[in-house]
Amino acid sequence: MLVYIAPKNIFGDFPLENESIIEVENLTKTFNDFVAVDDISFDVKKGEILGLLGPNGAGKSTTLRMLSTLARPTKGTATIGGYDVVKNDTNVRKLIGIVSEKMIMYNRLTARENLRFFGSLFNIPKDVLAKRIEELLELVQLTKWKDSQVGTFSTGMRQRMNVIRALLNLPQVLFLDEPTMGLDPQSSVEIREFIKKLNRENKTTIIITTHMMVDADLLCDRIGIMDHGKIVALDTSTNLKKLISGVGTTILNLEMANLTSELVETVRALKCADSVTQENSTHLKILVHGDEAFDSVIDAIRAKNGKIDSMENLQPTLEDVFLHLTGHQVRDTADQKMPMATHRRFGAPQGRTR
Amino acid sequence: MVLLVLMPMFMMVMVGFIYPSNGSSMSNLPVALVNEDVGYGNSTIASQTFTMVLRQINDKTGIMVFSNASSVGDIKSMVQKGDIYGGIVVPSNFSTSILNGKQGTLIIVTDQSNPQISVTIQGVLSAVFDQMGTMLAQQKVQMLSPAVNANNSLAIVKPYKVQTEGVVGGNPSYFDFIAPGLMAMTVMMSVMTGLPVAISQEKEIGTLDGMMVAPINRLSIILGKTLGQTARGLIQGVLILVLSVGLFGVAIQGSILLVFGLLLLGIFSFVGLGIVITSFAKDQETAQMMMMTLMFPMMFLSGVFFPIQQMPWYMQDISKVLPLTYASEALRKVMVLGAGIPEITTELTVLIAFGVVMTAIAVPVFRRMMTR
Repeated sequence: MLVYIAPKNIFGDFPLENESIIEVENLTKTFNDFVAVDDISFDVKKGEILGLLGPNGAGKSTTLRMLSTLARPTKGTATIGGYDVVKNDTNVRKLIGIVSEKMIMYNRLTARENLRFFGSLFNIPKDVLAKRIEELLELVQLTKWKDSQVGTFSTGMRQRMNVIRALLNLPQVLFLDEPTMGLDPQSSVEIREFIKKLNRENKTTIIITTHMMVDADLLCDRIGIMDHGKIVALDTSTNLKKLISGVGTTILNLEMANLTSELVETVRALKCADSVTQENSTHLKILVHGDEAFDSVIDAIRAKNGKIDSMENLQPTLEDVFLHLTGHQVRDTADQKMPMATHRRFGAPQGRTR
Repeated sequence: MVLLVLMPMFMMVMVGFIYPSNGSSMSNLPVALVNEDVGYGNSTIASQTFTMVLRQINDKTGIMVFSNASSVGDIKSMVQKGDIYGGIVVPSNFSTSILNGKQGTLIIVTDQSNPQISVTIQGVLSAVFDQMGTMLAQQKVQMLSPAVNANNSLAIVKPYKVQTEGVVGGNPSYFDFIAPGLMAMTVMMSVMTGLPVAISQEKEIGTLDGMMVAPINRLSIILGKTLGQTARGLIQGVLILVLSVGLFGVAIQGSILLVFGLLLLGIFSFVGLGIVITSFAKDQETAQMMMMTLMFPMMFLSGVFFPIQQMPWYMQDISKVLPLTYASEALRKVMVLGAGIPEITTELTVLIAFGVVMTAIAVPVFRRMMTR
């Protein structure tokens, strides 16, 4: 498993204006009997990047849809810039831009035509809009292809289009729903850089949903961890990680040539093991607590004739934080490359389409 | 885009040629002729005269092509094989009956598997026999009474003659009956299938979200979609009109403006229904399925192809609640009978009422769908 050591957040010491631009109170959304978003409350400060991290089906997208006036809350309230998302939805819409998971564009239109159409939905004077379109295209290096149909674009190019489409009205608040999903690493980096730049230079407040630890770690000032419709923790990346080390939890990465399922079960049965994940046929990742945890794990494995090839003590990652808080991993069908979690409470949460 | 033009053209040409506009285009139907007459007193003059006259008449009309057969059984097997469509049999006692002052019976064998041709042959033969019978009767009455001559003999044999006259001039064909309904149907079908596709598709690819996060009135989204579909429907309606007038010689008796007005009204009455269905359907496929389910009964129960009057009462009741019934009825009255607005007020009222009620339901339902 790729272990990502989080660098110091580059916005860590950015002076945030201490004024809330988004206020969410007891927001709830149910679809028939299914509770998609379960009584969440949080504030977002002006100029802040807030990440909502969680598996598919955790309620991230539904939260974004409610905040962007696309879905009506079942209960609770949310305001953006002081405007209620239900009662004052038109005013809210003037302030926001949304980059949804589905790319909002017509494949048969060219890049410029798409931008012109969606721009015309906002009350922007024609010449101002034309100039803004050119600037935005330049900003994401799409000027060369401005007169090509977006249907012919690569996924990376389409996502850049998708992002600048949301910026046509120069929103104060930008919602991004899984902006790096399905992108190659290079395009993901480009999108992340762009989001950072936008936040830094325009003071745009950004809420981003993701199930990618990298996105959350690299981009967000604060991260809200969502699971089963609830926000289980909301803090900076650094503070979230302290949640683990703070309680004396250690992450062990074991490599064993003769790793058997019997050995995995043995380790799992240990009192000091909080969770056990089999990464692949030779690697085992264990969250342990207590002073004698190392010894107990080694003893248990040795007693079953397990041969330990190597053993590492890892830095906690957001993935580990998530595991610690929810008891399962951020995994879903959209991310098949990662190994299956062996520790599961309710089975894998399923993504929904709407 | 191609379908936009092709669909109505296809419908029109198909229906136009299946239901020919000038009644009896059937010709050269293969029919077997058998003369089994054994004669009366060595004379088969009666049957010979009959077949001769029959052939003479047929030579003029060219409806049938006669082939020979040896017996009734032979004819039946030829029909079964599909070689002929029917047969005419002169029975063995034909001359005997005629010469003894009785009616001469003739047997027509028909192909029951093809009712249309069967009916045509029966009709043609009945007409021929009737004509022959009349000629014979005229000859006989002339022989019976010196007061009867060639000029008044027909009036004595057949004192009544039927002459039909319609509300408008000319002789409207089945296609004239079909064309207005077909026009209404195509336009409405186009709107009903077009709307769910237009809206659900945008919902699926996400562009609907793009419009809804903009500070515009959400009603304008429906309005825009509706206008688009209306334009589409009108283009198709005009295309059908041009085709039916140009290709199939359908005459428009009433005002052409009224025809367009009715088409627009028809579309309006259907748009609401289309939006309601679209709002309830989860995706494009479901929406289309629901539309199809609604459209099929409408096609057959609205009197587009078959007159409502020939349906059983419960089906007639169903057809009375379908807007297409009124749209096609009104269009037919205007196009075929040259009716004006006063003659179609009932239809107009129903269509407007249906449209208003549907729109009133559609708007809130659609709004709710958008912020689900």
